[in-house]
Amino acid sequence: MQAFTRLDATLAPLPLANIDTDQIIPKQFLKTVEREGLAKGLFYDLRFDGEGRPKPDFVLNRPEFKGAGVLVAGDNFGCGSSREHAPWALMDFGIRCVVSTSFADIFYNNCFQNGLLPVVLKADEVASLMDEAKGGNHLVTVDLEAQTVVAPSGRTYAFAIDPQRKEKMLKGLDAIGETLTRAADIDVYEMRQALAKPWLEDA
Amino acid sequence: MRSMPGKTLYDKIWDGHVVTEQDGEAILYIDLHLIHEVTTPQAFAGLRASHRPVRRPDRTLAVADHNVPTEGQALGIGAVADEEARLQLQTLERNVKEHGIEFFPMGDIRNGIVHVVGPEQGRTQPGMTIVCGDSHTSTHGAFGALAHGIGTSEVEHVLATQTLRQKKARNFRVNIEGEPIPGVGAKDYALAVIGEIGTAGGTGYVIEYAGSAIRALSMEGRMTLCNLTIEAGARAGLVAPDETTFDYLRGRPSAPKGGAWEMALSYWKTFFSDDDAAWDREITLDAGKIAPLVTWGTSPEDVLAVTDRVPDPESFDTPGKRASAVQALEYMGLTAGQPISDAKVDVVFIGSCTNSRIEDLRAAAKIAEGRKVASHVRAMVVPGSGLVRAQAEDEGLDEIFLAAGFEWREPGCSMCLAMNPDKVPPGQRCASTSNRNFEGRQGRAGRTHLMSPVMAAAAAIAGHIADVRDYL
Repeated sequence: MQAFTRLDATLAPLPLANIDTDQIIPKQFLKTVEREGLAKGLFYDLRFDGEGRPKPDFVLNRPEFKGAGVLVAGDNFGCGSSREHAPWALMDFGIRCVVSTSFADIFYNNCFQNGLLPVVLKADEVASLMDEAKGGNHLVTVDLEAQTVVAPSGRTYAFAIDPQRKEKMLKGLDAIGETLTRAADIDVYEMRQALAKPWLEDA
Repeated sequence: MRSMPGKTLYDKIWDGHVVTEQDGEAILYIDLHLIHEVTTPQAFAGLRASHRPVRRPDRTLAVADHNVPTEGQALGIGAVADEEARLQLQTLERNVKEHGIEFFPMGDIRNGIVHVVGPEQGRTQPGMTIVCGDSHTSTHGAFGALAHGIGTSEVEHVLATQTLRQKKARNFRVNIEGEPIPGVGAKDYALAVIGEIGTAGGTGYVIEYAGSAIRALSMEGRMTLCNLTIEAGARAGLVAPDETTFDYLRGRPSAPKGGAWEMALSYWKTFFSDDDAAWDREITLDAGKIAPLVTWGTSPEDVLAVTDRVPDPESFDTPGKRASAVQALEYMGLTAGQPISDAKVDVVFIGSCTNSRIEDLRAAAKIAEGRKVASHVRAMVVPGSGLVRAQAEDEGLDEIFLAAGFEWREPGCSMCLAMNPDKVPPGQRCASTSNRNFEGRQGRAGRTHLMSPVMAAAAAIAGHIADVRDYL
């Protein structure tokens, strides 16, 4: 996982609720066997018209939001499918942080496997950040150590985050490597279960 | 001395699977890992790169479902026209072979949609933990198993360790009481719950369904209900196992036999929520007050009774929801205030992990029998597995569908997600028994209305969204 510590980046507003993972990365891009190269499919039907031409009005196509690193979006971002292609596509596009009032569980979890920081703020905070993003200055600072988002105006929003998830993201830890240090515990658990539920052993 | 509070079904499964716990994060043992071609190639590549083996190939089962065409499966993977889909299918075949994982390939009668196959084979059992790189893994909760979707990094984690790092969710009980009116069933219950609590209403919870209407549901109905739990934002849904569950399991290929069956049965019977268990949230619905439901918009929470009119975006309470409703109406080609039953359909899809089991097909066939699909409608029935297809053919359901003008296809995810040749063409309207009405879900610019199998069959006959009660 890529570590996340602090980010100074352009903030792009996406003022829609329930942005689902089919919108983030449509199904035709899921046929890859690679993790990389998914930026081309990010928000495909929002970014491009039926002929594959960029829609000039879509926020990420507008010159002032070029290279955006942070998205601020409406409620329940990332609902729908479990596809990890959604965080992969956002990251591949250069987005390292998404701010919303709420995230769908599986998407939220997938973000932490990849170093994409999902930030939950209150509804009025998301609304004012959204307003600021539509103004002339779009530069925000996201500081995971301090748990703050500093808006273009300088207004600072504090956010909560699970301490273990924060720690892992700050360090970019490998979750599988961590769990394998507990392999002896897993062995013991399996031996106990094999005795208690023998019918699962010869399935 | 005060006694300990009771436990919920979820608490019991959780407690029985914690290998170790630190600061509220558990390493949770996974009993069954289901895999398919779309969300695993990067996980196997990760294992290969770190020289890690699959810890329990015997607890892993693979199918090919998302990408497969629903005709010509006997021709084999080599005949799959889409090059990328073919590569993904070949990659899965290579990975399962390398790691010794049981696999039902395309064309095998046991193959089908992963959430149909697991229960059908008896691999899904009460009290288990089950994961799969697919959000509709919640389906397996119908057996009283803790089952949910995971991302590809977690697929790799489970392959390597047979565990998952998890924080415990909260407990939410949804009671559905009483008897439904004719034409209403599990799909309508699920849509009613999503309409009631919204697509984020279950976020952070595991939902247990309880009440007399749930007890009366068949296993197929319970699977439909648990399947759609993710559309209410909860990763997992549960129904406590009972005689209906045990009857379904008895004699399945991977169900325990003989003395082992008795042993398993007494273990399974411990999985229920105690009377004094504490619930973080609880709601109760009256089954008798639920009408046949359909969706009008592009979120599964956009639910209305088939007799209702399309809502006015101004009636929603937040600016975000108003904006989404305006966009949804435009996308769906609907006008606020029009009766939803005015909406003419072009395509009807009966299938998906939500509604492709034998009971779904029987119910739809009952409506289709002796009637004709409207001449402008393309209607298709896609059984959830080769075994469901064979059983339906034994019962003569295929002949009923074919005589009515439905296509009778081979198993797979099909038109639910348009990753294979079955797609809703741009601008066309589909009455669908699937699970998501998101923009583009069934094909670019395709318009999806979610509904039950009987409602979809009625729409096929009428040529527009129709009230199944007129066809009973």
